[in-house]
Amino acid sequence: MSAAAPVATRAGPVPSGPGARASTEARIGAALVWLLGAVLTLIIAAPLWMLLSKSVQSVDGAFVGLANFAVYATTPTLVAALLNSLFVASLSTAIVVPLAFVYAYALQRSCVPGKGVLYAAALLPIFAPSLLSALALVYVFGNQGFLKGALFGASLYGPVGIVIAESLYAFPHALLILTTALALADGRLYEAAEAMGTTRARIFRTVTLPGARYGLISAVFVVFTIVITDFGIPKVIGGQYAVLATDAYKQVVGQQNFPMGAVVGLLLLVPAVLAFFVDRSVRSRQVALLSARAVPYVAKPRRARDLAFGVAAYVIGAMIVATYTVAVWASFIKYWPYNLSLTLANYDFASFDASGWSPYFNSLKMAAASAVIGATFVFFGAYLIEKLKLAPFGRAFAQFLAMLPMAVPGLVLGLGYVFFYNATWNPLGVFYGSLAVLVVNTVAHFYTVAHITATTALGQIDPEFESVAASLKVPFWRHARRVTAPICLPAILDIGVYMFVNALTTVSAVIFLYGSESKLASIAIVHLDEAGAIASAAAMGAIVMATAIAVKLAHLAIDRALLGRLQAWRRR
Amino acid sequence: MTSPEPMLRIARLSKRFGAFTALRDIELSIARGEFVCFLGPSGCGKTTLLRAIAGLDPQDEGVIELAGRDVSRAPPAERDFGIVFQSYALFPNLTIGDNIAYGLVNRGRPRAEIDRRVEELLALVGLPEQRRKYPVQLSGGQQQRVALARALATSPGLLLLDEPLSALDARVRIRLRDEIRGLQKRLGVTTIMVTHDQEEALAMADRIVVMNHGVIEQIGAPEEIYRQPATPFVADFVGHMTFLDAVSTGPRGVRIGGLELHVRETNAPAGAPVRLAMRPEEVRTRDLVEGEANVFRGRVGALAFLGAFCRARVEPVQSPGAAITADFSANAMRDLAIATGQERLFGLSEATLRVFPARAEPAAS
Ligand SMILES: Nc1ncnc2c1ncn2[C@@H]1O[C@H](COP(=O)(O)OP(=O)(O)O)[C@@H](O)[C@H]1O
Ligand SMILES: [Mg+2]
Repeated sequence: MSAAAPVATRAGPVPSGPGARASTEARIGAALVWLLGAVLTLIIAAPLWMLLSKSVQSVDGAFVGLANFAVYATTPTLVAALLNSLFVASLSTAIVVPLAFVYAYALQRSCVPGKGVLYAAALLPIFAPSLLSALALVYVFGNQGFLKGALFGASLYGPVGIVIAESLYAFPHALLILTTALALADGRLYEAAEAMGTTRARIFRTVTLPGARYGLISAVFVVFTIVITDFGIPKVIGGQYAVLATDAYKQVVGQQNFPMGAVVGLLLLVPAVLAFFVDRSVRSRQVALLSARAVPYVAKPRRARDLAFGVAAYVIGAMIVATYTVAVWASFIKYWPYNLSLTLANYDFASFDASGWSPYFNSLKMAAASAVIGATFVFFGAYLIEKLKLAPFGRAFAQFLAMLPMAVPGLVLGLGYVFFYNATWNPLGVFYGSLAVLVVNTVAHFYTVAHITATTALGQIDPEFESVAASLKVPFWRHARRVTAPICLPAILDIGVYMFVNALTTVSAVIFLYGSESKLASIAIVHLDEAGAIASAAAMGAIVMATAIAVKLAHLAIDRALLGRLQAWRRR
Repeated sequence: MTSPEPMLRIARLSKRFGAFTALRDIELSIARGEFVCFLGPSGCGKTTLLRAIAGLDPQDEGVIELAGRDVSRAPPAERDFGIVFQSYALFPNLTIGDNIAYGLVNRGRPRAEIDRRVEELLALVGLPEQRRKYPVQLSGGQQQRVALARALATSPGLLLLDEPLSALDARVRIRLRDEIRGLQKRLGVTTIMVTHDQEEALAMADRIVVMNHGVIEQIGAPEEIYRQPATPFVADFVGHMTFLDAVSTGPRGVRIGGLELHVRETNAPAGAPVRLAMRPEEVRTRDLVEGEANVFRGRVGALAFLGAFCRARVEPVQSPGAAITADFSANAMRDLAIATGQERLFGLSEATLRVFPARAEPAAS
């Protein structure tokens, strides 16, 4: 620099741009923050508010206070469904959480070989609609199942089937929480304990379990909530066994009894809201658990432990894979179980249901739109909240609404949407039953996780970038497009794929919202199953699952390319 | 140095974070072309003041005038400054050239003109031929030069540097220090640099603003700050300083135990307790005559070898409890054969002694 070229820069005041522009920027920013708050109100708060208000109204809309709740509590069939729901949810939780803990322990704290395969196997259910696991069970343990005898005469159709299918479906959700909890461990604690000659069992009790305690609590609530709010599985395999989710459907779609549907919806909201607050307090404590100086725990090979956990994990993983394999296999079978030769006839959906393949393409359209719109909207929403220091009140409001969907099960949000779009005063009612409503509902339903992903990515960017841009008089929208969004591209892609996969597989929210032109694949599965075309239902489920997995694999490939060729600046 | 219209004028500026006062009653005026350092311990409010000047975190009270224009409430884009951070804050997805051009592209200049300007700036900061690289491919020192070029690209009237050298290795830091100063002199751009490193501030600044706990302790040229620290805090924070409890004996004298010393002035009445401050390098031990003013006999205590010089602990014979720190060059050590346990003459010139009121506790540096 000392040997640099002739003096080129002339110091001195450069007249700064027209005085109005920067304040225009601030005004536009504040307006956008408030617009974000308004949109979130429309897609999240308003439907929920409708649900709350419907629950205290009579069928004709008069305020009746808690009368609906009184009716609910004194109607034996309704109360029975509540008790049934509590029973299957508790039992599934009691089965899933210990198994997921063992599995997570095998992945994080042992030297079991093939962890990647185990991981992939356990995550399989995430890529399928919940009811695919139920369909597989029908093939294995159902009236014509080849392992029917294994149930010792008990019927699959009822609590037995629901609990098994829900356990399979909820497993990966518990596993994700517990692997995270077990990943956070200070190796020094273990070394210290071993140096003092502590027995293995005591180390487990005094170091491992306390460390994973919050993860376990969180997993319990999450699994319980997933099971109690799931609609697909009890619909397919529940038989006459009524649960809250199917009751809500019956009240709203069958009997058009919106107030009673709202009451059921509120009941379903209780465990989810509880889970939300437990999860929040757990998160804050889990962070404090690990000091910055902690050394990550790395498992050393130990024969007995590795063998025991390896066997357990591979058995569980194999059962999950087997279940979905059976479903896929059965979709290619001519006539289960009498003619096991292969056929593609079950994929000729038109011969089972008039809508044919169109639900699948509707699902693709809906998922693609949710991915693109969701990723864009969520990212720029998070940008406004995280990076602009404008409209503090509006930002706090938007942030609150963005975190709200986490505490709202899909079924409950779907109910809210039904009430909101059916309201006579609502001009948006013309969209009811359109693909557009399904997209909006899906984005709202999965908003929180996507928002957290975006916020985390934004939080990792040097906060001074905005200061530099401001000093160079570059308005925030240009800066966001040129710098922030490219840096966050992997996170944006994550959000898009997350939205896509969930949009493809979700049943419970959209079951209330689809119209004749916007029937989705996951709903077609319900219909095909109702019509007795189980093999075709499995076929539709298999296609959805294959699509979701393909998209996920494509995502992994693109992600790698982003880190390599496409964004060369990430390479050193 | 101060022209009739300063480049930057700050009056009665205060800033609070909740109940905590980060800046209190800041008064400051900076002339065109001046290089000013904000110096103070970490957490004293330097960055807060810099960000208030930039408009990034506006102050609660007070006036900021930039080139005679009141910008107290103006957003950053309406002020006229370039800024460089400790973290470099280069945009990782843009090439070096695009980083430097970031603020220029926005002004809708023709592409060729922008290219020319970028080349010019790269040459200026000594990084020609690097424009197509990405920030990760450069060293820390190179990245900070790019950040400097980016901040200078739009020829701002004011350059703000927030600890620009703190993240760099000692060697790079000293080189870049000289380069920044040279560049600033050539361009004549008014510059404010925040630092907690007193050596850096002394070496670079035209004037130093010493801050502590959100207030300005002293503003002055480096030598003035060093030789005439206005407060015990400044005395202690800039350079080394020995503080001794003493008693005033009149307008121009103090007493430490049995040792009487002449000083320039004390504002304390005779008999009042004061604190006497002296620099280790101002303690003399050559060519002294016993009985002269401020010459005393002392015993050499522990010696610490510090390379170019030795730091000694000296106890005056008349005041055995008082420990004076004295630095002696390697030369002096050899020529005079100074050793622990020795008793010899020491001298203090009255111009180098500072007297502070006894109450104010000097903060640890
Ligand atoms: N955004 C903020 N909120 C609350 N306190 C702050 C904030 N920014 C700075 N402070 C506090 O103000 C004081 C001065 O900070 P700063 O100006 O960054 O100090 P420094 O002199 O090290 O640059 C510190 O005590 C710091 O904790
Ligand atoms: Mg600072």
